[in-house]
Amino acid sequence: MAVWTNVKRIARYGFIGFIRNGFVSLAAVFILIIALFFLANLMISNAAMTATLEELKEKVGITVYFQPAAPEEQVMTLKQSLEALPEAAAVTYTSRDQALANFRERHKNDPLTLQALDELGSNPLGASLDVRAKEPSQYEVIAQFIQAKQAEGNAGIDKLNYVDNKTAIDRLAAIIDASRKNGITKEIILGVCALIIVFNTIRLTIYTARDEIGVMNLVGAGHWYVRGPFLIAGILYGVIAGLTVLIVMYPILRFNPVLIGLDPTTEILFGAFDSFAYYTQNFALFFFTIIGTGIILGTLSSYLSVRRYLKM
Amino acid sequence: MIYFDNVTKIYFEGTPPAVEAVTLRIEPGEFVSLVGHSGAGKTTLLKMLFAEVSPTEGSVFFGEHEISKLTTKELLKLRRNIGTVFQDFRLLPTKNVYENIAFALEVAGKTDEDIQADVPHVLDLVGLGEKIWSFPHELSGGEQQRVAIARALVNQPEVLIADEPTGNLDPINAHDVVEILKRINDLGTTVFLTTHNKTVVDAVGRRVVTMDQGKVVRDDPHGAYVL
Repeated sequence: MAVWTNVKRIARYGFIGFIRNGFVSLAAVFILIIALFFLANLMISNAAMTATLEELKEKVGITVYFQPAAPEEQVMTLKQSLEALPEAAAVTYTSRDQALANFRERHKNDPLTLQALDELGSNPLGASLDVRAKEPSQYEVIAQFIQAKQAEGNAGIDKLNYVDNKTAIDRLAAIIDASRKNGITKEIILGVCALIIVFNTIRLTIYTARDEIGVMNLVGAGHWYVRGPFLIAGILYGVIAGLTVLIVMYPILRFNPVLIGLDPTTEILFGAFDSFAYYTQNFALFFFTIIGTGIILGTLSSYLSVRRYLKM
Repeated sequence: MIYFDNVTKIYFEGTPPAVEAVTLRIEPGEFVSLVGHSGAGKTTLLKMLFAEVSPTEGSVFFGEHEISKLTTKELLKLRRNIGTVFQDFRLLPTKNVYENIAFALEVAGKTDEDIQADVPHVLDLVGLGEKIWSFPHELSGGEQQRVAIARALVNQPEVLIADEPTGNLDPINAHDVVEILKRINDLGTTVFLTTHNKTVVDAVGRRVVTMDQGKVVRDDPHGAYVL
Protein backbone atom coordinates (compact mmCIF):
# COMPACT_ATOMS: atom_id res chain seq x y z
CA MET A 1 0.00 0.00 0.00
CA ALA A 2 1.51 3.21 -1.12
CA VAL A 3 2.51 5.46 1.74
CA TRP A 4 1.72 8.38 -0.52
CA THR A 5 -1.95 7.37 -0.74
CA ASN A 6 -2.16 7.31 3.04
CA VAL A 7 -0.48 10.68 3.36
CA LYS A 8 -2.90 12.13 0.82
CA ARG A 9 -5.91 10.70 2.65
CA ILE A 10 -4.66 11.92 6.03
CA ALA A 11 -4.04 15.42 4.65
CA ARG A 12 -7.48 15.47 3.06
CA TYR A 13 -9.20 14.43 6.31
CA GLY A 14 -7.12 17.02 8.17
CA PHE A 15 -8.38 19.81 5.91
CA ILE A 16 -11.96 18.51 5.93
CA GLY A 17 -11.93 18.17 9.71
CA PHE A 18 -10.58 21.70 10.08
CA ILE A 19 -13.37 23.14 7.96
CA ARG A 20 -16.25 21.00 9.26
CA ASN A 21 -15.30 21.74 12.87
CA GLY A 22 -15.20 25.41 11.92
CA PHE A 23 -16.17 26.89 15.24
CA VAL A 24 -13.81 24.74 17.26
CA SER A 25 -10.99 25.45 14.79
CA LEU A 26 -11.67 29.15 15.05
CA ALA A 27 -11.33 29.00 18.84
CA ALA A 28 -7.99 27.18 18.58
CA VAL A 29 -6.68 29.63 15.96
CA PHE A 30 -7.79 32.61 18.02
CA ILE A 31 -6.00 31.39 21.15
CA LEU A 32 -2.87 30.67 19.12
CA ILE A 33 -3.00 34.19 17.67
CA ILE A 34 -2.86 35.62 21.18
CA ALA A 35 0.08 33.41 22.13
CA LEU A 36 2.03 34.21 18.95
CA PHE A 37 1.29 37.90 19.36
CA PHE A 38 3.00 37.72 22.75
CA LEU A 39 5.99 36.13 21.10
CA ALA A 40 6.23 38.83 18.41
CA ASN A 41 5.91 41.46 21.10
CA LEU A 42 8.71 39.85 23.09
CA MET A 43 10.96 39.80 20.02
CA ILE A 44 10.35 43.47 19.25
CA SER A 45 10.73 44.81 22.77
CA ASN A 46 13.83 42.72 23.34
CA ALA A 47 15.37 44.08 20.13
CA ALA A 48 14.42 47.63 21.14
CA MET A 49 16.10 47.27 24.53
CA THR A 50 19.23 45.69 23.07
CA ALA A 51 19.52 48.36 20.39
CA THR A 52 19.13 51.12 22.93
CA LEU A 53 21.70 49.59 25.22
CA GLU A 54 24.16 49.28 22.37
CA GLU A 55 23.50 52.85 21.36
CA LEU A 56 24.15 54.08 24.88
CA LYS A 57 27.37 52.13 25.09
CA GLU A 58 28.38 53.81 21.84
CA LYS A 59 27.76 57.17 23.42
CA VAL A 60 30.26 56.54 26.16
CA GLY A 61 33.36 58.39 25.15
CA ILE A 62 35.79 60.97 26.33
CA THR A 63 35.76 64.46 24.95
CA VAL A 64 38.80 66.63 25.63
CA TYR A 65 38.03 70.35 25.29
CA PHE A 66 40.95 72.65 24.62
CA GLN A 67 41.26 76.27 25.60
CA PRO A 68 40.38 78.60 22.66
CA ALA A 69 43.93 79.89 22.78
CA ALA A 70 45.52 76.46 22.50
CA PRO A 71 47.51 76.23 19.23
CA GLU A 72 46.58 73.52 16.78
CA GLU A 73 49.98 71.78 17.03
CA GLN A 74 49.37 71.26 20.72
CA VAL A 75 46.05 69.58 19.96
CA MET A 76 47.65 67.43 17.28
CA THR A 77 50.44 66.38 19.63
CA LEU A 78 47.91 65.09 22.15
CA LYS A 79 45.91 63.46 19.36
CA GLN A 80 48.99 61.53 18.24
CA SER A 81 49.91 60.41 21.72
CA LEU A 82 46.30 59.31 22.32
CA GLU A 83 46.26 57.38 19.07
CA ALA A 84 49.41 55.64 20.21
CA LEU A 85 47.57 54.23 23.24
CA PRO A 86 46.69 50.56 22.75
CA GLU A 87 43.30 51.12 24.43
CA ALA A 88 42.15 53.85 22.04
CA ALA A 89 40.06 52.79 19.05
CA ALA A 90 39.59 56.18 17.40
CA VAL A 91 40.36 59.80 18.06
CA THR A 92 38.30 62.42 16.23
CA TYR A 93 39.50 65.97 15.92
CA THR A 94 37.03 68.88 15.88
CA SER A 95 38.68 72.19 14.96
CA ARG A 96 37.66 75.53 16.44
CA ASP A 97 35.93 76.53 13.19
CA GLN A 98 34.09 73.23 13.03
CA ALA A 99 33.02 73.64 16.66
CA LEU A 100 31.65 77.07 15.83
CA ALA A 101 29.79 75.77 12.81
CA ASN A 102 28.32 72.96 14.92
CA PHE A 103 27.28 75.46 17.53
CA ARG A 104 25.54 77.67 14.94
CA GLU A 105 23.78 74.67 13.49
CA ARG A 106 22.57 73.56 16.90
CA HIS A 107 21.24 77.01 17.75
CA LYS A 108 19.89 78.01 14.38
CA ASN A 109 16.41 78.47 15.85
CA ASP A 110 17.70 80.59 18.70
CA PRO A 111 18.42 84.10 17.31
CA LEU A 112 19.28 85.51 20.72
CA THR A 113 22.20 83.16 21.24
CA LEU A 114 23.43 83.68 17.69
CA GLN A 115 23.22 87.43 18.14
CA ALA A 116 25.29 87.20 21.33
CA LEU A 117 27.83 85.08 19.46
CA ASP A 118 28.05 87.62 16.65
CA GLU A 119 28.60 90.44 19.14
CA LEU A 120 31.59 88.62 20.58
CA GLY A 121 33.32 89.09 17.26
CA SER A 122 35.86 86.32 17.76
CA ASN A 123 35.33 82.54 18.09
CA PRO A 124 34.95 81.72 21.80
CA LEU A 125 35.04 77.95 21.26
CA GLY A 126 38.03 75.71 21.63
CA ALA A 127 38.97 72.67 19.58
CA SER A 128 38.13 69.22 20.94
CA LEU A 129 39.12 65.57 20.64
CA ASP A 130 36.64 62.67 20.88
CA VAL A 131 38.24 59.50 22.08
CA ARG A 132 36.64 56.08 21.68
CA ALA A 133 38.03 53.11 23.56
CA LYS A 134 38.04 49.57 22.24
CA GLU A 135 36.20 48.36 25.36
CA PRO A 136 34.03 50.45 27.69
CA SER A 137 36.18 49.36 30.64
CA GLN A 138 39.27 51.01 29.08
CA TYR A 139 38.01 54.59 29.44
CA GLU A 140 39.35 54.72 32.93
CA VAL A 141 42.92 54.24 31.65
CA ILE A 142 42.50 56.80 28.87
CA ALA A 143 40.98 59.32 31.26
CA GLN A 144 43.89 58.89 33.64
CA PHE A 145 46.36 59.45 30.76
CA ILE A 146 44.66 62.71 29.75
CA GLN A 147 44.33 63.86 33.35
CA ALA A 148 48.07 63.33 33.79
CA LYS A 149 48.74 65.49 30.70
CA GLN A 150 46.37 68.12 32.08
CA ALA A 151 48.22 68.10 35.39
CA GLU A 152 51.49 68.88 33.57
CA GLY A 153 49.80 72.16 32.72
CA ASN A 154 51.22 72.80 29.24
CA ALA A 155 48.77 70.80 27.13
CA GLY A 156 46.20 73.56 26.74
CA ILE A 157 43.43 71.29 28.01
CA ASP A 158 40.37 73.07 29.31
CA LYS A 159 38.25 70.18 30.59
CA LEU A 160 37.39 66.53 30.29
CA ASN A 161 33.78 65.40 30.24
CA TYR A 162 34.33 61.75 30.99
CA VAL A 163 33.30 61.78 34.63
CA ASP A 164 29.94 63.56 34.08
CA ASN A 165 28.84 61.21 31.31
CA LYS A 166 29.99 58.06 32.96
CA THR A 167 27.64 58.18 35.94
CA ALA A 168 24.63 59.07 33.81
CA ILE A 169 25.34 56.39 31.23
CA ASP A 170 26.05 53.70 33.80
CA ARG A 171 22.80 54.46 35.53
CA LEU A 172 20.79 54.48 32.32
CA ALA A 173 22.35 51.21 31.21
CA ALA A 174 21.47 49.68 34.57
CA ILE A 175 17.86 50.87 34.23
CA ILE A 176 17.50 49.47 30.74
CA ASP A 177 19.14 46.22 31.66
CA ALA A 178 16.89 45.82 34.69
CA SER A 179 13.75 46.68 32.76
CA ARG A 180 14.74 44.27 30.03
CA LYS A 181 15.21 41.45 32.53
CA ASN A 182 11.96 42.44 34.19
CA GLY A 183 10.19 42.55 30.84
CA ILE A 184 11.53 39.17 29.80
CA THR A 185 10.41 37.63 33.10
CA LYS A 186 6.91 39.00 32.59
CA GLU A 187 6.83 37.83 29.01
CA ILE A 188 7.99 34.36 30.00
CA ILE A 189 5.26 34.08 32.63
CA LEU A 190 2.65 35.28 30.14
CA GLY A 191 4.13 32.95 27.53
CA VAL A 192 3.79 29.94 29.83
CA CYS A 193 0.17 30.95 30.54
CA ALA A 194 -0.48 31.27 26.81
CA LEU A 195 1.11 27.87 26.23
CA ILE A 196 -1.13 26.20 28.82
CA ILE A 197 -4.21 27.89 27.36
CA VAL A 198 -3.27 26.85 23.81
CA PHE A 199 -2.68 23.29 24.93
CA ASN A 200 -5.97 23.13 26.78
CA THR A 201 -7.94 24.66 23.93
CA ILE A 202 -6.58 22.15 21.45
CA ARG A 203 -7.15 19.39 23.97
CA LEU A 204 -10.80 20.47 24.17
CA THR A 205 -11.12 20.43 20.38
CA ILE A 206 -9.87 16.85 20.41
CA TYR A 207 -11.97 15.97 23.44
CA THR A 208 -15.03 16.72 21.32
CA ALA A 209 -13.71 14.11 18.88
CA ARG A 210 -12.86 11.42 21.45
CA ASP A 211 -15.77 9.16 20.47
CA GLU A 212 -14.69 9.49 16.87
CA ILE A 213 -11.18 8.38 17.82
CA GLY A 214 -12.69 5.38 19.61
CA VAL A 215 -14.69 4.43 16.51
CA MET A 216 -11.61 4.75 14.29
CA ASN A 217 -9.75 2.42 16.65
CA LEU A 218 -12.59 -0.03 16.51
CA VAL A 219 -12.72 -0.07 12.73
CA GLY A 220 -9.05 -1.01 12.82
CA ALA A 221 -7.38 2.25 11.87
CA GLY A 222 -3.67 2.40 12.69
CA HIS A 223 -2.51 4.98 15.21
CA TRP A 224 -0.96 7.25 12.62
CA TYR A 225 -4.06 7.10 10.51
CA VAL A 226 -6.13 8.32 13.46
CA ARG A 227 -3.59 10.85 14.67
CA GLY A 228 -2.60 12.23 11.27
CA PRO A 229 -5.63 14.39 10.49
CA PHE A 230 -5.46 15.99 13.95
CA LEU A 231 -1.79 16.83 13.39
CA ILE A 232 -2.67 18.36 10.03
CA ALA A 233 -5.36 20.43 11.75
CA GLY A 234 -2.72 21.46 14.32
CA ILE A 235 -0.41 22.61 11.53
CA LEU A 236 -3.28 24.58 9.98
CA TYR A 237 -4.03 26.27 13.33
CA GLY A 238 -0.37 27.28 13.57
CA VAL A 239 -0.02 28.53 9.99
CA ILE A 240 -3.26 30.52 10.00
CA ALA A 241 -2.60 32.04 13.42
CA GLY A 242 1.01 32.83 12.47
CA LEU A 243 0.06 34.51 9.19
CA THR A 244 -2.62 36.53 10.96
CA VAL A 245 -0.12 37.77 13.54
CA LEU A 246 2.45 38.63 10.84
CA ILE A 247 -0.16 40.61 8.91
CA VAL A 248 -1.60 42.37 11.95
CA MET A 249 1.85 43.38 13.21
CA TYR A 250 2.42 45.39 10.05
CA PRO A 251 -0.13 48.18 10.57
CA ILE A 252 0.38 48.14 14.32
CA LEU A 253 4.11 48.80 14.06
CA ARG A 254 3.63 51.20 11.21
CA PHE A 255 0.99 53.40 12.80
CA ASN A 256 0.64 52.59 16.46
CA PRO A 257 3.55 50.85 18.21
CA VAL A 258 1.90 51.76 21.52
CA LEU A 259 -0.35 48.74 21.00
CA ILE A 260 2.48 46.30 21.51
CA GLY A 261 3.80 47.88 24.67
CA LEU A 262 6.10 50.53 23.22
CA ASP A 263 4.34 53.31 25.10
CA PRO A 264 5.35 56.96 24.81
CA THR A 265 7.53 56.93 27.92
CA THR A 266 9.59 54.03 26.68
CA GLU A 267 9.69 55.63 23.29
CA ILE A 268 11.58 58.54 24.84
CA LEU A 269 13.95 56.01 26.32
CA PHE A 270 14.30 54.00 23.14
CA GLY A 271 14.80 57.14 21.13
CA ALA A 272 16.00 56.14 17.74
CA PHE A 273 14.79 52.51 17.69
CA ASP A 274 12.37 52.10 14.80
CA SER A 275 10.28 49.01 15.50
CA PHE A 276 8.65 49.10 12.06
CA ALA A 277 12.00 49.20 10.27
CA TYR A 278 13.28 46.41 12.51
CA TYR A 279 10.21 44.32 11.66
CA THR A 280 10.45 44.80 7.90
CA GLN A 281 14.23 44.31 7.80
CA ASN A 282 14.06 41.12 9.89
CA PHE A 283 10.84 39.84 8.34
CA ALA A 284 12.34 36.43 7.52
CA LEU A 285 13.29 35.95 11.17
CA PHE A 286 9.78 36.92 12.29
CA PHE A 287 8.18 34.76 9.61
CA PHE A 288 10.03 31.58 10.53
CA THR A 289 9.90 32.13 14.29
CA ILE A 290 6.19 32.97 14.44
CA ILE A 291 4.95 30.41 11.91
CA GLY A 292 7.36 27.77 13.23
CA THR A 293 6.28 28.29 16.82
CA GLY A 294 2.63 28.17 15.73
CA ILE A 295 3.14 24.88 13.92
CA ILE A 296 5.08 23.35 16.79
CA LEU A 297 2.47 24.45 19.36
CA GLY A 298 -0.41 23.22 17.20
CA THR A 299 1.01 19.82 16.33
CA LEU A 300 2.51 19.11 19.73
CA SER A 301 -0.77 19.91 21.50
CA SER A 302 -2.67 17.75 19.00
CA TYR A 303 -0.23 14.89 19.36
CA LEU A 304 -0.37 14.87 23.14
CA SER A 305 -4.15 15.24 23.19
CA VAL A 306 -4.87 12.42 20.73
CA ARG A 307 -2.51 10.11 22.57
CA ARG A 308 -4.90 10.07 25.52
CA TYR A 309 -7.69 8.57 23.45
CA LEU A 310 -5.61 6.14 21.42
CA LYS A 311 -6.03 3.21 23.73
CA MET A 312 -4.97 -0.27 22.98
CA MET B 1 -13.92 -20.17 14.52
CA ILE B 2 -14.67 -18.29 17.76
CA TYR B 3 -13.93 -20.04 21.01
CA PHE B 4 -14.31 -18.70 24.54
CA ASP B 5 -12.31 -21.01 26.78
CA ASN B 6 -13.46 -20.82 30.40
CA VAL B 7 -13.45 -17.02 30.33
CA THR B 8 -13.94 -14.86 33.44
CA LYS B 9 -13.91 -11.10 33.61
CA ILE B 10 -13.76 -9.15 36.87
CA TYR B 11 -13.71 -5.36 36.31
CA PHE B 12 -12.84 -4.33 39.87
CA GLU B 13 -11.43 -6.57 42.51
CA GLY B 14 -14.03 -7.49 45.10
CA THR B 15 -16.97 -7.01 42.71
CA PRO B 16 -18.87 -9.97 41.28
CA PRO B 17 -17.56 -11.12 37.88
CA ALA B 18 -19.23 -9.61 34.80
CA VAL B 19 -18.55 -12.87 32.98
CA GLU B 20 -17.90 -16.08 34.88
CA ALA B 21 -16.37 -19.29 33.51
CA VAL B 22 -17.96 -19.04 30.07
CA THR B 23 -17.05 -21.67 27.50
CA LEU B 24 -18.65 -21.16 24.12
CA ARG B 25 -17.85 -22.21 20.58
CA ILE B 26 -19.22 -20.54 17.46
CA GLU B 27 -18.76 -22.24 14.10
CA PRO B 28 -18.29 -20.45 10.77
CA GLY B 29 -21.56 -19.39 9.16
CA GLU B 30 -23.59 -19.60 12.35
CA PHE B 31 -26.11 -16.97 13.47
CA VAL B 32 -25.92 -16.83 17.24
CA SER B 33 -28.22 -14.67 19.34
CA LEU B 34 -26.89 -13.94 22.80
CA VAL B 35 -29.76 -12.97 25.08
CA GLY B 36 -30.17 -11.99 28.71
CA HIS B 37 -31.13 -9.16 31.01
CA SER B 38 -29.12 -5.96 31.15
CA GLY B 39 -25.95 -6.66 33.13
CA ALA B 40 -25.95 -10.36 32.28
CA GLY B 41 -22.48 -10.01 30.70
CA LYS B 42 -23.41 -10.10 26.99
CA THR B 43 -21.58 -6.94 25.98
CA THR B 44 -18.50 -7.82 28.05
CA LEU B 45 -18.29 -11.14 26.24
CA LEU B 46 -18.50 -9.39 22.85
CA LYS B 47 -15.92 -6.77 23.78
CA MET B 48 -13.43 -9.51 24.55
CA LEU B 49 -13.74 -10.66 20.98
CA PHE B 50 -12.31 -7.43 19.55
CA ALA B 51 -10.01 -6.82 22.53
CA GLU B 52 -11.72 -3.77 23.92
CA VAL B 53 -11.83 -5.78 27.16
CA SER B 54 -9.30 -8.45 28.10
CA PRO B 55 -10.31 -11.49 30.14
CA THR B 56 -9.20 -11.80 33.76
CA GLU B 57 -8.99 -15.57 33.35
CA GLY B 58 -9.28 -17.93 30.40
CA SER B 59 -8.64 -17.25 26.70
CA VAL B 60 -10.56 -16.08 23.67
CA PHE B 61 -9.65 -17.49 20.27
CA PHE B 62 -10.45 -16.16 16.83
CA GLY B 63 -9.55 -18.91 14.40
CA GLU B 64 -6.14 -20.04 15.59
CA HIS B 65 -5.20 -16.74 17.23
CA GLU B 66 -5.48 -16.14 20.92
CA ILE B 67 -6.69 -12.56 21.02
CA SER B 68 -4.89 -11.41 24.18
CA LYS B 69 -1.57 -12.47 22.65
CA LEU B 70 -1.89 -10.43 19.46
CA THR B 71 0.39 -7.47 18.82
CA THR B 72 -1.19 -4.07 18.16
CA LYS B 73 -0.66 -4.51 14.44
CA GLU B 74 -2.23 -7.97 14.39
CA LEU B 75 -5.07 -6.71 16.52
CA LEU B 76 -5.82 -3.90 14.06
CA LYS B 77 -5.86 -6.48 11.29
CA LEU B 78 -8.23 -8.63 13.33
CA ARG B 79 -10.56 -5.68 13.87
CA ARG B 80 -10.71 -5.12 10.12
CA ASN B 81 -11.81 -8.75 9.88
CA ILE B 82 -14.64 -8.33 12.38
CA GLY B 83 -17.52 -6.03 11.50
CA THR B 84 -19.10 -4.31 14.49
CA VAL B 85 -22.54 -2.74 14.88
CA PHE B 86 -23.67 -1.06 18.09
CA GLN B 87 -26.87 0.19 19.68
CA ASP B 88 -25.59 3.79 19.45
CA PHE B 89 -24.46 3.38 15.79
CA ARG B 90 -20.99 4.89 16.41
CA LEU B 91 -20.69 6.66 13.08
CA LEU B 92 -18.08 9.37 12.55
CA PRO B 93 -20.20 12.51 13.02
CA THR B 94 -18.08 14.87 10.90
CA LYS B 95 -17.95 12.48 7.95
CA ASN B 96 -20.79 11.87 5.51
CA VAL B 97 -22.19 8.43 4.72
CA TYR B 98 -19.76 7.86 1.86
CA GLU B 99 -16.74 8.86 3.97
CA ASN B 100 -17.86 6.78 6.94
CA ILE B 101 -17.88 3.65 4.83
CA ALA B 102 -14.84 4.65 2.79
CA PHE B 103 -12.91 5.07 6.03
CA ALA B 104 -13.22 1.35 6.85
CA LEU B 105 -11.95 0.52 3.36
CA GLU B 106 -9.09 3.00 3.57
CA VAL B 107 -7.76 1.57 6.82
CA ALA B 108 -7.86 -1.85 5.16
CA GLY B 109 -5.58 -0.43 2.47
CA LYS B 110 -8.02 -0.44 -0.47
CA THR B 111 -7.30 1.71 -3.51
CA ASP B 112 -9.41 4.76 -4.34
CA GLU B 113 -10.88 2.95 -7.37
CA ASP B 114 -12.02 0.00 -5.23
CA ILE B 115 -13.50 2.37 -2.67
CA GLN B 116 -15.44 4.29 -5.32
CA ALA B 117 -16.89 1.02 -6.58
CA ASP B 118 -17.56 -0.72 -3.23
CA VAL B 119 -19.26 2.07 -1.26
CA PRO B 120 -22.32 2.59 -3.50
CA HIS B 121 -22.63 -1.16 -3.85
CA VAL B 122 -22.78 -1.85 -0.11
CA LEU B 123 -25.15 1.09 0.40
CA ASP B 124 -27.53 -0.42 -2.14
CA LEU B 125 -27.36 -3.65 -0.16
CA VAL B 126 -28.75 -1.87 2.94
CA GLY B 127 -31.11 0.26 0.84
CA LEU B 128 -29.48 3.64 1.44
CA GLY B 129 -28.11 4.43 -2.01
CA GLU B 130 -29.76 7.83 -2.20
CA LYS B 131 -28.37 9.05 1.16
CA ILE B 132 -24.72 8.70 0.19
CA TRP B 133 -23.80 12.36 0.77
CA SER B 134 -25.85 12.88 3.96
CA PHE B 135 -24.26 13.39 7.35
CA PRO B 136 -25.20 11.11 10.27
CA HIS B 137 -27.20 13.85 12.02
CA GLU B 138 -29.37 14.17 8.89
CA LEU B 139 -30.41 10.51 9.06
CA SER B 140 -33.02 8.70 11.16
CA GLY B 141 -31.94 6.09 13.71
CA GLY B 142 -32.85 3.26 11.36
CA GLU B 143 -30.86 4.81 8.54
CA GLN B 144 -27.84 5.42 10.77
CA GLN B 145 -27.92 1.81 11.85
CA ARG B 146 -28.03 0.68 8.24
CA VAL B 147 -24.97 2.85 7.50
CA ALA B 148 -23.22 1.21 10.46
CA ILE B 149 -24.09 -2.21 9.05
CA ALA B 150 -22.85 -1.19 5.62
CA ARG B 151 -19.58 -0.05 7.18
CA ALA B 152 -19.27 -3.31 9.11
CA LEU B 153 -19.85 -5.31 5.94
CA VAL B 154 -17.84 -3.45 3.38
CA ASN B 155 -14.57 -5.22 4.15
CA GLN B 156 -16.36 -8.58 3.83
CA PRO B 157 -15.50 -9.65 7.37
CA GLU B 158 -15.68 -13.24 8.51
CA VAL B 159 -17.73 -12.25 11.55
CA LEU B 160 -20.30 -9.54 12.15
CA ILE B 161 -20.82 -8.59 15.77
CA ALA B 162 -24.04 -6.72 16.51
CA ASP B 163 -24.45 -5.43 20.07
CA GLU B 164 -28.12 -4.53 20.65
CA PRO B 165 -28.41 -3.21 17.09
CA THR B 166 -32.16 -2.71 17.42
CA GLY B 167 -32.02 -1.13 20.89
CA ASN B 168 -32.69 2.41 19.67
CA LEU B 169 -35.02 1.54 16.80
CA ASP B 170 -38.79 1.34 16.36
CA PRO B 171 -40.28 -2.10 15.54
CA ILE B 172 -40.37 -1.54 11.78
CA ASN B 173 -36.75 -0.41 11.58
CA ALA B 174 -35.78 -3.19 13.99
CA HIS B 175 -37.43 -5.71 11.70
CA ASP B 176 -35.54 -4.29 8.69
CA VAL B 177 -32.22 -4.55 10.52
CA VAL B 178 -32.89 -8.15 11.49
CA GLU B 179 -33.78 -8.99 7.90
CA ILE B 180 -30.51 -7.43 6.72
CA LEU B 181 -28.54 -9.44 9.30
CA LYS B 182 -30.23 -12.65 8.19
CA ARG B 183 -29.42 -11.90 4.58
CA ILE B 184 -25.79 -11.26 5.49
CA ASN B 185 -25.69 -14.57 7.33
CA ASP B 186 -27.18 -16.31 4.33
CA LEU B 187 -24.28 -14.95 2.29
CA GLY B 188 -21.89 -16.82 4.59
CA THR B 189 -20.87 -14.30 7.26
CA THR B 190 -20.97 -15.49 10.87
CA VAL B 191 -23.31 -13.23 12.86
CA PHE B 192 -23.03 -12.82 16.60
CA LEU B 193 -25.96 -10.78 17.92
CA THR B 194 -26.79 -9.66 21.45
CA THR B 195 -30.25 -8.46 22.28
CA HIS B 196 -32.89 -8.44 24.96
CA ASN B 197 -35.66 -8.00 22.41
CA LYS B 198 -37.84 -11.13 22.29
CA THR B 199 -39.38 -10.21 18.94
CA VAL B 200 -35.95 -9.96 17.36
CA VAL B 201 -34.80 -13.35 18.69
CA ASP B 202 -38.00 -15.05 17.64
CA ALA B 203 -37.78 -13.47 14.18
CA VAL B 204 -34.26 -14.85 13.70
CA GLY B 205 -35.16 -18.34 14.92
CA ARG B 206 -31.58 -19.70 15.02
CA ARG B 207 -29.17 -20.65 17.81
CA VAL B 208 -29.89 -18.82 21.08
CA VAL B 209 -27.41 -18.59 23.96
CA THR B 210 -28.87 -17.25 27.20
CA MET B 211 -26.74 -15.54 29.84
CA ASP B 212 -27.63 -14.69 33.41
CA GLN B 213 -25.37 -13.08 36.03
CA GLY B 214 -22.27 -13.64 33.91
CA LYS B 215 -22.92 -17.31 33.17
CA VAL B 216 -24.26 -19.16 30.15
CA VAL B 217 -27.46 -20.79 31.38
CA ARG B 218 -28.99 -22.12 28.12
CA ASP B 219 -27.77 -22.91 24.63
CA ASP B 220 -30.56 -23.91 22.20
CA PRO B 221 -29.66 -24.73 18.58
CA HIS B 222 -33.07 -23.53 17.33
CA GLY B 223 -34.25 -21.65 20.31
CA ALA B 224 -36.61 -18.86 21.07
CA TYR B 225 -36.32 -16.20 23.71
CA VAL B 226 -36.76 -17.82 27.11
CA LEU B 227 -35.78 -16.22 30.39
